[in-house]
Amino acid sequence: MAMEKRVVFRSAWLPYALVAPQLAITIVFFFWPAAQAVWFSFQLQDAFGMHSEFVGLENFAALFRDPHYLQSFKTTAVFSLLVAGCGISLSLLLATMADRVIRGALAYKTILIWPYAVAAAVAGVLWSFLFAPSIGIVTYVLKGFGVDWNWIIKGDQAMLLVVIASVWKQISYNFLFFLAGLQAIPKTLIEAAAIDGAGPARRFWTIVLPLLSPTAFFLLVVNIVYAFFDTFGVIDATTQGGPAQATQILVYKVYHDGVKSADIGGSSAQSVILMVLVIGLTAIQFRYIERKVQY
Amino acid sequence: MAKVELRNVYKSYGTTEIIHGVSMDIADGEFVVMVGPSGCGKSTLLRMIAGLEEISGGDIAIDGRVVNNLEPKDRDIAMVFQQYALYPHMSVHDNMAYGLKIRGLPKAEIETRVQRAAEILELSKLLGRRPRELSGGQRQRVAMGRAIVREPKVFLFDEPLSNLDAKLRVQMRAELQALHKRLGTTTVFVTHDQVEAMTLAQRMMVMNAGHAEQIGAPLEVYGRPASTFVAGFIGSPPMNLIPGTLAEGGAVLLADAGARVGLPAALPKFDGRKLLLGVRPEHLEPCDEAAALLVPDVDFIELLGSDVLVYGHLGADRKGARVAARLHGSMAASDGHLALRFTPKHMHLFDAETGKRIEIE
Repeated sequence: MAMEKRVVFRSAWLPYALVAPQLAITIVFFFWPAAQAVWFSFQLQDAFGMHSEFVGLENFAALFRDPHYLQSFKTTAVFSLLVAGCGISLSLLLATMADRVIRGALAYKTILIWPYAVAAAVAGVLWSFLFAPSIGIVTYVLKGFGVDWNWIIKGDQAMLLVVIASVWKQISYNFLFFLAGLQAIPKTLIEAAAIDGAGPARRFWTIVLPLLSPTAFFLLVVNIVYAFFDTFGVIDATTQGGPAQATQILVYKVYHDGVKSADIGGSSAQSVILMVLVIGLTAIQFRYIERKVQY
Repeated sequence: MAKVELRNVYKSYGTTEIIHGVSMDIADGEFVVMVGPSGCGKSTLLRMIAGLEEISGGDIAIDGRVVNNLEPKDRDIAMVFQQYALYPHMSVHDNMAYGLKIRGLPKAEIETRVQRAAEILELSKLLGRRPRELSGGQRQRVAMGRAIVREPKVFLFDEPLSNLDAKLRVQMRAELQALHKRLGTTTVFVTHDQVEAMTLAQRMMVMNAGHAEQIGAPLEVYGRPASTFVAGFIGSPPMNLIPGTLAEGGAVLLADAGARVGLPAALPKFDGRKLLLGVRPEHLEPCDEAAALLVPDVDFIELLGSDVLVYGHLGADRKGARVAARLHGSMAASDGHLALRFTPKHMHLFDAETGKRIEIE
């Protein structure tokens, strides 16, 4: 007789009671606002919130006519590719090096994991101090090299700053996954490759990297989602989308248009678009993890 | 093809020495098996030959060239691992071709070699598969194929058969022997399985706690074990070792718990000496009580079909040495006592202190 692996409740109501708190939180804080956002995205409100009128897809149509919105899309794409790209390659480099360390490995790993515990806003403030145009220490050093550093005026420098802060924040997470991935590769594989004549670099490119690719793909999706949404704190604490919207990614524009400009309808329409994007990304991620190749 | 020389090889991790000076000359084309219990250092020694472990002292030479400071890839060896260590993301074909591609062989040459190895190992139909789509035995063959295509000077095998089931192991053993006959490549094979060692080796090295206890041809090791360790390790069930003191002009061994074991031929020159008497279970034969040299009380019997294994104890209240006997047919189906004898040429003596073999002549 096959053993039933799942726990089976005899009571009819107990299982529902047990999941009720989680369901309540999900409904109140996720489904309700999401439903409201969808509803508002079809409405046009006056500036004081006294009156609203149903306008169908007009908010969406307006968005795609708005060059600022399309620009924000482009900014987001550049930003998330930079964050994911730099974050993944840097953490892979760090993980590869940490994997070789024998003495003091634990201390090394612990220090690398610390940034993950730092709040996004704190990370933002930290980096904006370091790079502050007038008092930042990095600015001072850069000036010594003849670099004119002022992210408050220069858009690409502002972008660089938020990318650095966001990457720094996310590196720990990537690092942990890569390290676990590296340690899951049997040592005999590397030894077999060494006997087959492959040097360290060749072993990395032909054996280690292919075996890490499932991890890398997973991290790519996670990092893009991170860059899309979780970097709000970093941007709000540093550039606030500026200068001249150079760092205004989609999620920041939602906040800016909705809260600061009180355009509830347009902001909600942007939220709905973001929701569709994140649903797509999550679907890719789940689909991939389910089919993840087991070596 | 090449000879392999181990000259007083030492290995230590920090202050802990785990291989204490092992020497052996392996001839060109020879099949040598290193056998011993787990933790005896045999795998470490093999990995030192491969270049995967540093050599702490002594020299290892392959084909007359000291390789102590050479990378594994420069030693011209191929190794088969216990876990096979196949590259999971490559097909069988690419697994075998990997080492050749790195060495920059022309494509046509790689194809010829891979096809030939696949033919020898009956892998031709599986070349497009990934390792995870293969059975244990097939993976094992791919691992061997990866070694063969390289045409190295030396093959190193690290317990390659221990992950296979019993039937497959016997089959692979035969295939390995056939392969060695065909290629004639110098081979060093590590195992903890004495049957594997006995059947495969031209010469074997029995290792214990970082020492080479005995080096010799399998029948030599079986017939004249150099120490009680070897006597107990080679053979199944292991050799009976009965501690005691020779008395009555070297005709009787006075063993524990008042047991007396007669010697088939008296050894006056060892009279009064403390030693261990060794007799293999398969060399004990039943006889009349009058002619018996030892009469153990039977504890239990195992029927193997062709043979019967009888286990018993010597001495009063079964407190003496343990004795096992392998008897033919149903001779020993009776319970109680069992009268046994053995011939002088099947008698082994070991020093009680050192455990080393005492030569009788």
